[in-house]
Amino acid sequence: MIGEDDGLAAGREAFKEEAAELLAELETSLLELEENPTDEDLIGRVFRAMHTVKGSGAMFGFDDIAEFTHEVETAFDMVRMGKLAVSKELTNLTLRARDQIRTMIEASEGKTTVDHNVSKEIIDSLQVLTRGSSVSAAGQEPETETRKPSDSGDITHAVTYRIRFKPFADLFITGTNPILLINELRQMGNCMVVAQTDAIPHLEEFNPESCATYWDIILTTTHSSNAIKDVFIFVDDMCDIHVEVIDEEGEYDEDEGYMKLGQILAARGDVKIDELKKLLGKQKKVGEILVDAGIVDSGHIKSALAEQQHVKEVREQRQKSTDSAASIRVPSDRLDKLVDLVGELVTVQARLSQTAAIDAQAVLTSIAEEVERLTWELRDSMMSIRMLPIGTTFSKFKRLVRDLSIDLGKEIQMTTDGAETELDKTVIEKLNDPLVHIIRNSIDHGIEKPDVREAAGKPRMGTVHLSAGHAGANVLIKIEDDGAGLDKDRILKKAIDNGLIAPDAELSEKEIFGMIFAPGFSTAQTITNVSGRGVGMDVVKKNIDALRGLVEVKSKKGTGTTITLRLPLTLAIIDGLLVKIADEVFVIPLAVVEECVELTKKDIERTHGRHVSNVRGNLIPYIRLREHFLIDAEEPEMEQIVITEVEDKKVGFVVDYVIGEHQTVIKTLGRVFKDISGVSGATILGDGTVALIVDIPNLVRSVERHEPVAADTVGV
Amino acid sequence: MGKVIMTVDDSASVRQMVTFTLKGAGYTVVEAVDGKDALAKLGSTQINMMITDLNMPNLDGIGLIKGVRAMPAYKFIPIVMLTTESQDSKKQEGKSAGATGWIVKPFKPDQLLAVVKKVLG
Amino acid sequence: MSAVAEAEATQYLTFKLEDEMFALDISKVREVLEFSSVTKVPRTPEFMRGVINLRGSVVPVVDLRLKFGMTRTEKTVNTCVIIVEVSFENESMVLGALADSVQEVIELEPEKIEPAPNIGMQLRTDFIKGMGKRDEEFIIILDIDKIFTADELAFAQEASQSAS
Repeated sequence: MIGEDDGLAAGREAFKEEAAELLAELETSLLELEENPTDEDLIGRVFRAMHTVKGSGAMFGFDDIAEFTHEVETAFDMVRMGKLAVSKELTNLTLRARDQIRTMIEASEGKTTVDHNVSKEIIDSLQVLTRGSSVSAAGQEPETETRKPSDSGDITHAVTYRIRFKPFADLFITGTNPILLINELRQMGNCMVVAQTDAIPHLEEFNPESCATYWDIILTTTHSSNAIKDVFIFVDDMCDIHVEVIDEEGEYDEDEGYMKLGQILAARGDVKIDELKKLLGKQKKVGEILVDAGIVDSGHIKSALAEQQHVKEVREQRQKSTDSAASIRVPSDRLDKLVDLVGELVTVQARLSQTAAIDAQAVLTSIAEEVERLTWELRDSMMSIRMLPIGTTFSKFKRLVRDLSIDLGKEIQMTTDGAETELDKTVIEKLNDPLVHIIRNSIDHGIEKPDVREAAGKPRMGTVHLSAGHAGANVLIKIEDDGAGLDKDRILKKAIDNGLIAPDAELSEKEIFGMIFAPGFSTAQTITNVSGRGVGMDVVKKNIDALRGLVEVKSKKGTGTTITLRLPLTLAIIDGLLVKIADEVFVIPLAVVEECVELTKKDIERTHGRHVSNVRGNLIPYIRLREHFLIDAEEPEMEQIVITEVEDKKVGFVVDYVIGEHQTVIKTLGRVFKDISGVSGATILGDGTVALIVDIPNLVRSVERHEPVAADTVGV
Repeated sequence: MGKVIMTVDDSASVRQMVTFTLKGAGYTVVEAVDGKDALAKLGSTQINMMITDLNMPNLDGIGLIKGVRAMPAYKFIPIVMLTTESQDSKKQEGKSAGATGWIVKPFKPDQLLAVVKKVLG
Repeated sequence: MSAVAEAEATQYLTFKLEDEMFALDISKVREVLEFSSVTKVPRTPEFMRGVINLRGSVVPVVDLRLKFGMTRTEKTVNTCVIIVEVSFENESMVLGALADSVQEVIELEPEKIEPAPNIGMQLRTDFIKGMGKRDEEFIIILDIDKIFTADELAFAQEASQSAS
C-alpha cells in the first residue's frame, strides 16, 4: 500500500529529528548525572530517552539502533530500580553509546559508515558492568518479545469448538466490550452464540456496571484453539474461558448425527448424569423435564440445542463438500462429444414439443413438457461442467508482461480484476492468442518508455489492466492501458498508404480505430520483434469473430487505450428468436433483441420510404432482411420489426412475422459459406429443416457503412 | 461518524505513526505529549478511545489511566497501553489501573489497527 | 496408386441429370438421400441450392444441373441428394449433389473409359474424368473434387460484391 509506505517514510524522518533532539538532551542529562549520580529525575530522563529511541527506532525499521540501544536501556533500567549505581564508567560508556547511535543514524542517510566493532565493544563493556555489579538481578531481563496473537499454527481442516466465556462481574471497568470479542469469534467461522442470562439478578439488585451475562459459543473454524484463546488475551485474568473441541473432521464422523441433548448438558457439566437418568423414565422431552425439575434453566437447554443443531449442520455440510470435492479428470474430447449429444437432444426435444403441440394429446404434451424440462436441466449442467474461471489465463500473462517490459526497457505492471469470471472452456482456449496480441500491442506501442511518461506527467510505471465480468449473456473482457493512446491521424494515413481505404474516405473515430485490426496494418514507426509486423491485430479480430464476439476500441490520445472483447458465455447453444420471411425461417440471437414492433405499409408511407421507424419517439433505423437476403416474394400487409441493440446502437430488422423463442444449437455452415455476410451459422429446427442464424452485429456494421442508401426505395 | 482516538506519547515519531495509521483507517485522532497534557485535553475533547505510552515525563501512563478511569465519562472507554516492557509486572500494573489491552512496541500499522478494532469495534 | 490397382475395375454410381447419364466414383459417395427441403443461404450463386440437415450436421447442397449450365433441378419423386466426400482446401468435406434420379452401381474396367473429347461437350472438360460406355449409352464420369475446388466455391466474394 502506497499510503503505508508514505507514512513509514514520514515516520522515519520524524524519528531522525526526534532522535537528534533526544540525543542532545541525553548528553546534557548524562553530564548532569555525573554531578548528581542519585538524581532520580535525571535517571528517569536518561532511561526514557533510550527507551524512546529503542521503541521508535524499531518501529521505523532502525533495527540496528533498537538492538544497540536496548543494551543501554537495560543498564539504566537497573539503575532506575536501584540495582546498579551510576558510576563514571557508566556515564562514559553511555556517552560513547550516544555518539555511536548518532553515527548509526547518520549512516542510515549514507553520510558515514558504522564501525560495528565499536558497537560491540560498548555493549560488551556495558554487559560486564551490569553483570558484575548485580548478583541479584541475574543479568538481563527476560525479553519475551511481542506475543503476537494467533500465529500459533492454524489448522487446515474445520474444527468445531464449544466455548464458554464467563466474564467476571468487574469486566467493564477495564473498558472491555464483551460483544466485540464475540464478534471477533463470529469472524473466525460459522458461529452460534447463546447468551446465558440466568445469573442476571432482579431489577432492584441489578447493577449495570457489572457483567452478569455469560455466553456459550459453538464455533466451526480452521483456526486453532490457541487462536481462539488469543481473542480473549486482554481479558484472560478477568473471565473464565473454556475452549473444547466437540467436532473435528475425520474424528467423530463415525457417530451417526450428534450427541443427544442430555449428553451435551452432561458433557458441559450443566447436569449430572444420575440426575438425568432418574428423570429419563418420564415421557416428556429431556429438555422440558430438566427445566420442570429445576435442574437446568432454559438458557442452558437452548444453548445445548444450539450446539446439537450446529454440529449436525457442520457434519452435513462436510458430507456434501467431501462428495463434491471428489473430482475426476475427463478428457475434453469426451466432454465435446457430450455437448454434441446434448445439442442433438435439444433439437429432438424441440421436435417432440412441436409434434405434441400439433397433436394436442394430453399424455404426449405432458411427456413433451417433462422431456423439455429435463433437457434444459441437462443442457445447463452440461454447460456448467465446461465453465472455467478465466483467472488461469490471466495469470499466464503476468510473465509475458514482465518479460516484454524488460526487453523493451519499460516499467509495466499488470493488474487484473474478475479472475473468477467463468467462461466456456473452448472460449477460454481460443481467447489466449487474441489476448497475447492485444497485450503485446499495449506494451509495445501503447505504453511509453519511463522517461517519456515522466515528461508527460505520468507515473514512470505503466499499467496494463485486465478485467473480466458478466454483462447479460455475454462476458466482457477489457484490456486497458494507460499508454499513449491511438493516433487517429497516423492510423488514417497508414490506412490510406496501405491502400486499405480511399484517400477521401470519411470515417468515424470508431472505424478509424477499427483499422488497426485490418490485415497488413501496423502503425509502429519501427518494426520490433514484439508486435510490429502488422500481423497480430488482424488475428484478434478473426478469432473474436470466430467466437461470435465483438471487439471495441476506445482510446484517448495521451491517456490510454481500452480494448473490450464481448464474448458469448458459451459457444454451442444460444437462445434464439425464430422469425419468418416468405417461406424461410431465420434465427435472431435473443441476446441482442430488445423488442418487437409492428410495421404497416402506412408507417412506411409516413416515413417517406426512409428505413427509419418511430418507436415511442425514438427514430430507429431498420434493415429489411428480405432485401438484404435477396428474397423476392411479396411482403405481407403488416410486417414486424425486431429491434436489436448492438454496441449501444439500436437497429431494427424487418421480418414478415415473429414465430417465437427457440433453443438454438449452433451449427457451423462450414468453410464453403465462411464469407457469407449476414449469416453466422445455422441451426436445426424441430421439423428437421435448417434455419440460418442472422449475424446481427455484422449487418449493423454494414448498415453503418451504407447509411445513405436507404432513401432510394420508395418515392422520395 | 468518525470515532475519536487520543494518542498519548512523548515520542513525536510514535504519535505521528499512530496518527497516520488511524487517520488512514478513518478515525479522528487527538494527540497529547504526556499524561498531564492528555488529562488537560480531555477536559475539552470528547474521545472514544485512548492509546497511551507508559513511560512519559510529568504523568506516566499508569497515572493517566487511573486519572481517566476516575472521570465518569471515561469510566468504560477502551484504553490501550503501548509498552516495550513485556514483563508482566508493568502490564499487570496497567491492567489493574484499568487498561483494556496493550500493544508491545515495536508494532506495525496493521497490528495497531487490529487492536483498535478489537477493543473499539 | 499402383499399376495393378489401376487395372482393376472401379465401381461407379450412375445418375441422371436431365436425360444424360453421369457417374461418380463410388468411393466418393457416402450415401443417397431423398430430396425433401433445402434452406437457401442468401447471397450465394443459384447453383448453391442451400443447406440440409444430415443427422445433425449442416451440409451444403449443389445443383449440378445449374452448375453444368442446364436448367434448375425441379423436385420430383425421383429427385435425390447424393452425399459425397470431397477434398476442399486439403481437408475432406461433405457435400450434397442434386440428381434427377439415381440409377445403379456399375463396374467399369479402366480400359473402357476414354478421355473426354475436347470439343462437342456442353460442360467444361476439366470436370470430367472420362467417358464410359454401357449398353450403347455414354456415361460422363465426373471428377467430383474438381467441381468443388476452392475456386469453384469462391463465390461468396463475388456474390457479396454483386449484391452491394
